[in-house]
Amino acid sequence: MTDLPTISGDRGLDHEEQLIFELGRAGVTGVDLPDVKVGESRLAGQRRRAPVGLPGLSEPEVVRHYVRLSRMNYAIDAGLYPLGSCTMKHNPRLNEKLARLPGFADLHPLAPQSAAQGALALIAELMRWLTTLTGMPAVAMSPKAGAHGELCGILTIRAALIARGEKRTHVLVPESAHGTNPATAAFAGFQVDEVKATADGRVDMDSLRSKLGPDTAAFMLTNPNTCGLFERDMLEIADLVHKAGAYFYCDGANFNAIAGRVRPGDLGIDAMHINLHKTFSTPHGGGGPGAGSVVMSERLAPFAPLPLLIHDAEGFRLIEDGADVPVGAKPFGRMCAFHGQMGMFVRALAYMLSHGRDGVRQASEDAVLSANYVLASLKDVMSAPFEGPCMHEALFDDHFLHDTGVSTLDVAKALIDEGYHPMTVYFPLVVHGAMLIEPTESESKESLDRFIHVLRTLAGDAKAGKRERFEGAPHFTPRRRLDETAASRKPVLRWTPKELPKAAE
Amino acid sequence: MSETRYTDQHEWVRVEGGEATVGITRYAAEQLGDVVFVELPKLGRNLAKGAEAAVVESVKAASEVYAPVGGAVAAVNEALNDDPAKVNGDPEGEGWFFKLKLSDPGELSALMTPDKYEAYVKGL
Amino acid sequence: MRYLPLTPSDRATMLAKIGARDIDALFRDVPKAAVVPLSAFDLPDHQGELEVERALEKLAKRNVAAGAGPSFCGAGAYRHHVPAAVDHLIQRSEFLTSYTPYQPEIAQGTLQYLFEFQTQVALLTGMEVANASLYDGSTATAEAVLMAQRLTKRSKAVLSGGLHPHYAETVETLANLSGHVVRAPVVPGKVADLISLIDEDTACVVVQSPDVFGLIRDLKPVAEAAHAKGALLIAVVTEIVALGLIEPPGTQGADIVAAEGQSIGNGLNFGGPYVGLFATREKFIRQMPGRLSGETVDAEGRRGYVLTLSTREQHIRREKATSNICTNSGLCALAFTIHLSLLGEEGFSRLARINHAKATALADRLAKVKGVSLVTPSFFNEFTLRLPKPAAEVVERLAAKGILAGVPASRLLPHDGAARDLLIVAATETNTDDDADAFVKALSEVLS
Repeated sequence: MTDLPTISGDRGLDHEEQLIFELGRAGVTGVDLPDVKVGESRLAGQRRRAPVGLPGLSEPEVVRHYVRLSRMNYAIDAGLYPLGSCTMKHNPRLNEKLARLPGFADLHPLAPQSAAQGALALIAELMRWLTTLTGMPAVAMSPKAGAHGELCGILTIRAALIARGEKRTHVLVPESAHGTNPATAAFAGFQVDEVKATADGRVDMDSLRSKLGPDTAAFMLTNPNTCGLFERDMLEIADLVHKAGAYFYCDGANFNAIAGRVRPGDLGIDAMHINLHKTFSTPHGGGGPGAGSVVMSERLAPFAPLPLLIHDAEGFRLIEDGADVPVGAKPFGRMCAFHGQMGMFVRALAYMLSHGRDGVRQASEDAVLSANYVLASLKDVMSAPFEGPCMHEALFDDHFLHDTGVSTLDVAKALIDEGYHPMTVYFPLVVHGAMLIEPTESESKESLDRFIHVLRTLAGDAKAGKRERFEGAPHFTPRRRLDETAASRKPVLRWTPKELPKAAE
Repeated sequence: MSETRYTDQHEWVRVEGGEATVGITRYAAEQLGDVVFVELPKLGRNLAKGAEAAVVESVKAASEVYAPVGGAVAAVNEALNDDPAKVNGDPEGEGWFFKLKLSDPGELSALMTPDKYEAYVKGL
Repeated sequence: MRYLPLTPSDRATMLAKIGARDIDALFRDVPKAAVVPLSAFDLPDHQGELEVERALEKLAKRNVAAGAGPSFCGAGAYRHHVPAAVDHLIQRSEFLTSYTPYQPEIAQGTLQYLFEFQTQVALLTGMEVANASLYDGSTATAEAVLMAQRLTKRSKAVLSGGLHPHYAETVETLANLSGHVVRAPVVPGKVADLISLIDEDTACVVVQSPDVFGLIRDLKPVAEAAHAKGALLIAVVTEIVALGLIEPPGTQGADIVAAEGQSIGNGLNFGGPYVGLFATREKFIRQMPGRLSGETVDAEGRRGYVLTLSTREQHIRREKATSNICTNSGLCALAFTIHLSLLGEEGFSRLARINHAKATALADRLAKVKGVSLVTPSFFNEFTLRLPKPAAEVVERLAAKGILAGVPASRLLPHDGAARDLLIVAATETNTDDDADAFVKALSEVLS
């Protein structure tokens, strides 16, 4: 009975949904606007001749369409989302409410600065939290995402080198680095060189020493690193990098492990981007928007991009032009229009005020505790390449799946059938068939125990040759495995109107 | 000679007359997975031995293909534009990438014979 | 603490399982010199919702919201009415709190709306394909220039004088890394010569229409001149609603369109988050930056969507990536898609016409004020006036009267003497006749 095809094609609460273009029709609209006639005299002969081709739908149809689409998505609100290095923590709803206050949401970026003092004060307060938590003297607020922040950091370093009159051509990254690190460095015109890792997953100091030289502009390191481990040699690394005349860039994607306990400034870094959408809970939104503020050391701060925010007797003021900057400031330019992701700033500050310094510290501790709990609970049935303790994420490899015919991908897809979003798979690249689990501090112990139980059972099944759950997984989702090869070979990136009327469903 | 030679970057080269046909090996094709796109070099371009000649993309990776020997690009396999799957189906035959007019046939002697390549792959 | 579910008892049990004495034992790899007590942080402790609300409401009240009185600011960000349904829908958990759709089987919602978004952007701009959004219009413009440099293997980018100065500066920051930028003169209200700057070294010409002063440009002659020299035309649009009434760049020969989508679905938000639109020709898709949602089928033959062509992106290509981009503007793109779906063909057309009508009526009335002249003969919903006094002062005085009278050009061009007396004014469907009356009256008073 459960396999009986339904008449409608829908199944209980699971609904199939067409494209908005296939549902719309002429003469229907979801808004009521007056029908105003306009002359052409001011349009420079450019009045639009052909229709755009947009579908028309009423409000109920639009609402239903997007509600049905939403129900095909997994989300952190719905369940544990153990994606390593993504920090899928709870998104407090207070933050959404406050971001929508008209004083923030309905404020024009180019209103007179006297009309935006509250917004500027908020940005300044957020800057104070970021610099205090990191122990760094300065922060650039305009980058729109983590990768954008990395680029900002690298361009600041580049500007500092140019000011020193030095031409250094190489940037070093660990072989375990996230792809944005070498991509950013290459983007900025540097050649990328890799530093090897030790058997215990950290930077190989001999490899670093051998690669550092007079042509090294910077070393880009994630700490805790992409294997979820704290780099014990941070202070020595900083020392070596600085002695070589280079700058020490830290990828702050994993800041959630140490916020409120460790200040990256005390570890000798020169710049670090902070993903406000990871550590500070601004929602991931299905892929964005994010925000990537960059804290900077004393020697990099002068080169931070426009705009600058200053506070003097007259109040808060944005400096938007290179000719108007205070003495000593030498911004390398602009990263983007306007002043940064204000909507994310409001949310991040609300998160910080809610947690306080004690809550931020407790969150980091709980994140680390939870990841270690997962590691300790699974390392006897799965294979962990590195001795614990880990930081806020636990790394496993596919060694335990050897000769089972089950791959890391199969485990991930079987987890989907169990009602979970899989962990990060096949990253970092330095470990074979990597599985990187970051539970965050938002999970109850019951939630963790349940997840651990499911993974234990799956691991056990794989090793016992019971492949049923894995073959062809996932089985219970709105779509089964999708053909990514066909999508790449003959890309179809949009709906196109057909000449003929479509066939009845 | 028309024997095939191999590089440690998993390219093969087969010489007939003064012209060398180049492609990627079955091992490389298997590692890549389903090939979705191939970026071929421009006709007439002069490639030094070891220069980046082409790019082969699968769903999960994109790899450079290097010139195993130096020469001028005499022909490219246009069929791969419409059907990149040929690289997976027949990597050492119909899935060839480009042909070079050899500049120095002596460079071939440094490359691996089929037996040596087989042994090399076994050790990976 | 309300966001942290673990209890002290839980923590003790978990530590025991791990075999660690206390939480500090888990941080043993941190150098002693870097271990800091809580007191090292000069920050307050946690607070309840009520206190946090109070603190932020105080800050919000110190700003003059655009809806608080007559407001006519534009210059790259526009106040439009967003239907109530949009904000409700984007706050659904499955949209708000989901991640990038890397596991397509449980992300068809996201992948399908991105596919719809890509289609809408292609339709609006008159181009063949579009991506799933970039951060904003300014970074989209910079990415377009980089793409043109890669495609043509040339290094020079020519920027028209009407390009928003923030956009031009953003382009310079990036384009100067792999080439150089030439900026044409800024001549408000006129089409300054651009064509003589195009040569065989030119990768692309970047033209904004309507431009930062509001002027509508004819892109066809620029497209022809660029193509004749083997360069690409990049068309920039900062007010996307304009494409409801004027010819899209795709019909005028544009090779790439970089636009700001904020006007649809997204509020002003003091400058961000916004949504970058990026569209181009089919033949260029492998050089296009950003995420792409592509159609495919699943194991049962049903239509579905996946992220595709990702080998161009940073997580695979690493140092050879087309860009270092990781995120798109997800939720903002969703708001755009939903709003545009509610508008539909008829609604979008009406919206555009209302905007143009409001702006033309206001421009005519303001131009009649003594000493004021209209600089832009053609425009969509934004125009530029020349005042008899520096515009920045006039704006401050009008702000004191509760009117946000537009953006003085000197805000964007602070050291260009020619900009000093220019005021950029935008009028949208959110401006009433009373707003217009108040503006005209107050301007007359301030200038007399």
